[in-house]
Amino acid sequence: MIISEQWLRSWVNPNLSTDELAHQLTMAGLEVDAVQPVAGAFSGVVVAEIVTAEQHPDADKLRVCTVSVGDETVQIVCGAPNARAGLKAPLAQVGAVLPGNFKIKKAKLRGVESQGMLCAAAELEISEDNDGLMELPADAPVGQCLREYLDLDDSTIEIGLTPNRADCLSIAGIARDVAALNNISLCRPEIGDVPVASERVFPVTVEAPFKCPRYVGRVIENVDLTRPTPLHMVERLRRAGIRSIDPVVDVTNYVMLELGQPLHAFDLGTLENGIVVREARPGETMILLDGSEINLQEGSLLIADHSRPLALAGIMGGENSGVSAATKHVFLESAFFAAEPMAGRARSYGLHTDASHRYERGVDWRLQSVAIERATQLLLEIVGGDAGPLTEVVDESSLPPVPVLPLRAQRIERLLGFSFEDAAVESILERLGFRVEQVSQGEWRCEAPSWRFDMSQEVDLIEELARVHGYDNVPTRRIEAELAMREQREDTRPLTRIRQQLIGRGFQEAITFSFVSPELQSSFDPDCAPVALRNPISADLSVMRTSLIPGLAAALAHNVKRQNPRLRIFETGARFIQAEDLRQEPMLAMAMTGARDREAWCASDERFDFYDMKGEVEQLLAGTSGNFSFKPALRPGLHDGQTAEILDAHGSCVGVLGALHPSITESLGLPASTYVAELSLAAVTKAVLPAYEEISRFPESRRDLAVVVSDDVSAAEVLNVVRGAAGDGLESLRIFDVYKGQGVAEGAKSLALGLTFRDRSRTLDDAEIAAAMSQVVDSLKEKLSAELRS
Amino acid sequence: MESLEVLKAEAVKLISEAADTQALEQLRVDYLGKKGKLTGLLKGLGQLSPEERPKAGALINEVKQELQLLINDRRQAADRAALAAKLAAEKVDVTLPGRRVDIGGLHPITRTIERVQQFFEGIGFQVMEGPEIEDDYHNFEALNIPAHHPARAMHDTFYIDDTHVLRTHTSGVQVRTMENHEPPLRIICPGRVYRCDSDLTHSPMFHQVEGLLIDERASFGDLKGLLEEFLQVFFERDDLAVRFRPSYFPFTEPSAEVDIQCVKCSGEGCRVCSHTGWLEILGCGMVNPKVFAMSGIDTEKYTGYAFGLGVERLAMLRYGIGDLRLNFDNDLRFLRQFV
Repeated sequence: MIISEQWLRSWVNPNLSTDELAHQLTMAGLEVDAVQPVAGAFSGVVVAEIVTAEQHPDADKLRVCTVSVGDETVQIVCGAPNARAGLKAPLAQVGAVLPGNFKIKKAKLRGVESQGMLCAAAELEISEDNDGLMELPADAPVGQCLREYLDLDDSTIEIGLTPNRADCLSIAGIARDVAALNNISLCRPEIGDVPVASERVFPVTVEAPFKCPRYVGRVIENVDLTRPTPLHMVERLRRAGIRSIDPVVDVTNYVMLELGQPLHAFDLGTLENGIVVREARPGETMILLDGSEINLQEGSLLIADHSRPLALAGIMGGENSGVSAATKHVFLESAFFAAEPMAGRARSYGLHTDASHRYERGVDWRLQSVAIERATQLLLEIVGGDAGPLTEVVDESSLPPVPVLPLRAQRIERLLGFSFEDAAVESILERLGFRVEQVSQGEWRCEAPSWRFDMSQEVDLIEELARVHGYDNVPTRRIEAELAMREQREDTRPLTRIRQQLIGRGFQEAITFSFVSPELQSSFDPDCAPVALRNPISADLSVMRTSLIPGLAAALAHNVKRQNPRLRIFETGARFIQAEDLRQEPMLAMAMTGARDREAWCASDERFDFYDMKGEVEQLLAGTSGNFSFKPALRPGLHDGQTAEILDAHGSCVGVLGALHPSITESLGLPASTYVAELSLAAVTKAVLPAYEEISRFPESRRDLAVVVSDDVSAAEVLNVVRGAAGDGLESLRIFDVYKGQGVAEGAKSLALGLTFRDRSRTLDDAEIAAAMSQVVDSLKEKLSAELRS
Repeated sequence: MESLEVLKAEAVKLISEAADTQALEQLRVDYLGKKGKLTGLLKGLGQLSPEERPKAGALINEVKQELQLLINDRRQAADRAALAAKLAAEKVDVTLPGRRVDIGGLHPITRTIERVQQFFEGIGFQVMEGPEIEDDYHNFEALNIPAHHPARAMHDTFYIDDTHVLRTHTSGVQVRTMENHEPPLRIICPGRVYRCDSDLTHSPMFHQVEGLLIDERASFGDLKGLLEEFLQVFFERDDLAVRFRPSYFPFTEPSAEVDIQCVKCSGEGCRVCSHTGWLEILGCGMVNPKVFAMSGIDTEKYTGYAFGLGVERLAMLRYGIGDLRLNFDNDLRFLRQFV
């Protein structure tokens, strides 16, 4: 909502500067977004009339004008294309100062003297228009100071209104709040009933009183719409951001801005038989005044006559029923359409108008007759004519109920943390238009005014008290509460700790969008139909991720493109999987690419491989209680030979890790050695409460063993067989070498195993260990055809 | 005994001239060993008269001990020199960079969320989380935003289907908490939220931390005190000016927007604060009794307040980040600055 400060001050004029007024509005919940002067700072500019305009003798584009400023005539050289005899335009006289501290002096242009400068609107910072001289109305008084004539010592105040404050979508409404805040009175313009000069009525039928509880109409005959809208009205509209169209439309807009009541004017000559306010019928269409044809939705409220729809009620008028310069008789409409049925209606047609904005939020339902009288009064002053009597159709039972709310002093204190004097409570609410009745000590009944649509409960009144009193004046208290200790589960590792562990391992946290492009998504997860957004911001952010890996891969690519070839990143967040139920699972994903070590004098230049990523996963899982295993797997988007599923002790898959598939690395521009992993966060955060086991006092014995097995035999199989055969004495087992090549047959590999034996209660003797080792060797031979390496 | 004096002088000279521990050992053997020269003198004592023998023996032993001490001293000195030479040979250039793993870092958004969490957890707030694809009821209805309410237009909602949306705030978590827990409640709900809006100052995904306190004394004055203190500790400025302006949210009444004095220009007016001296930082208010009623909380017994912080805004002001989109580019040159 943008208004002229002077217009507001004509209603209520507190003793505050512009800045103070703006601050007061902001602090009362009417947030001022901008205050701008309506013109630049200038002086010495008057209304002037071009008497003659002759071609400059030595310059094609210049004219030499004689210009009247009333009591004298001066010679001005001017380059504007519209400089012509008879035009009234602003003249900066010698001695004038224009915006930017530009001083006007006597000058010679191509040898011809110029005693000032005729101005374009942009030169005075009145508008952006710089195409020619600012054309003033023919009746502009020659010689008058332009600032006075156009009332330019004014500012526009732009207010960002919250949806609950529809009552402030007008000068009257804002003025009402300003008066209440400053405890001063309002100075409304005199609005009386216009004398009825014609008998002519146009019948009105309301078929949908629930949606249109009140409809007021009036015929005005014999208007002359060729007459111009007065300058002060055009200016006030312009300062509110509304363009002047014709006197009738201007007046309806003016009254809407002034009082908050949207009005509509029809050309009576185009209407048949009478107005019918009804709901749209199936299949009906109409053409709006912007020329677009719309299919009317069933239930949309229409203003129609007996043959066709004329307007989308409260939203927009139709073509071929509005006024034009040729209109002789006008039918004016001032209606109250109920807010709830209006809500969302304009949006459903892709429309948003000043009228729909107001009706959706609530228009004062007692205002219709006043507004139509005000509009009639203004119209008659401009275009003449004979006003007919008002036609009012009202359904009292459909009008909004008047909220009568209880208010308790004890509740005020409880909610705000401080108490008001009784007198202050009554004074504030009465200033805002409430009728306040004291029921008993500290208890009131308050009747809300008809312009407030945001009053339904006691707290609404308390908010008004706080608002007018000033939030800044509500005493601040320090919070007090009973202290209670919170549960701290020790069998869960907090996410913060897991993040810190990864950071210590050199991973940088990334945050990628939860929505990704369907193409990238399906290159990783073609079998899972992702959750799609109905109204995505763009096609490449249109489906919810089913994995964090695509986003991290894209983040790697972003950095690789920017000459950062060595990367370790991770992200935690939800993935979204549409199974029978929608699953929103918290996940942890990691990605790495490039060299294993940062480049240094002491570092190798080896690149990350599968086992770097696997090591990171193992480290993460080492802090949990679980027993996890890794199984070769095939996953779209990942390397067929370098991908593993991560299984928990029950064999459920809790994650995946592997190299990105060459087709992905190629399309994203990533190096071939790019590795990713993704785990269910729950698998990583689960932990066990530590339970102490006694430390053995007896020495360990280590035995090493090298076996040759077929390439097809996995390390896990070998380890399982060893564990199964070595007996209880086996304390730890590791693979310390894997060898293929000379000395080992083609298609086979040698694994070097280190076995450590220890007993908790005694020292194991050589014979026992030898027996265990021989069982291990036999079992490996039997189950995996393993040979001892010679 | 003249030969004893000669032998001693000769040995002292040789010991002092010995080049290393090997030479010293050889001298020890030559003079003090079983077949050494001094040992030879002792053996020759038999030729002396019994009266002379003890005295001469004592003299020889004295010289023997002297020489042994001399050799020991020289040997220790040689050991020290050898060690010193070895260490000198093992010298490294301590200015060469060490062998290390580059430490990673938290994203500035996470860093900010964790910082906010710490302040509130410290005074007994509990962290709660909830779904990001939220049903219409928990995202809107239960917060007093019925269908077609003009406030829905303020939200620019991403829709999944007729009844599900990407949550536009984390308030749904508050509703779920109220449904499942008895007051008193003190919770904060951090997380990702979504609005269908993307330009220089809007990201379709961003983060919020919302807070909720419900008990038998909560007042607007408490809310002011809590947020004022939080903002001052968050920005580490005791004198940070904070102001509360009336605003509108369907789920709170009274509602307020909170501004802080611009942290860049200290209120003088600059580009960051659009020359107003103030920065809009969060929204808050007393929980609307309608919201309590829908979640089954006794509106006479309990009052409560709620607030919502924009994490990106806090992070950008705190760390001087000029462009919102940097947060989601995941450019390491940006992220590494928060290590």
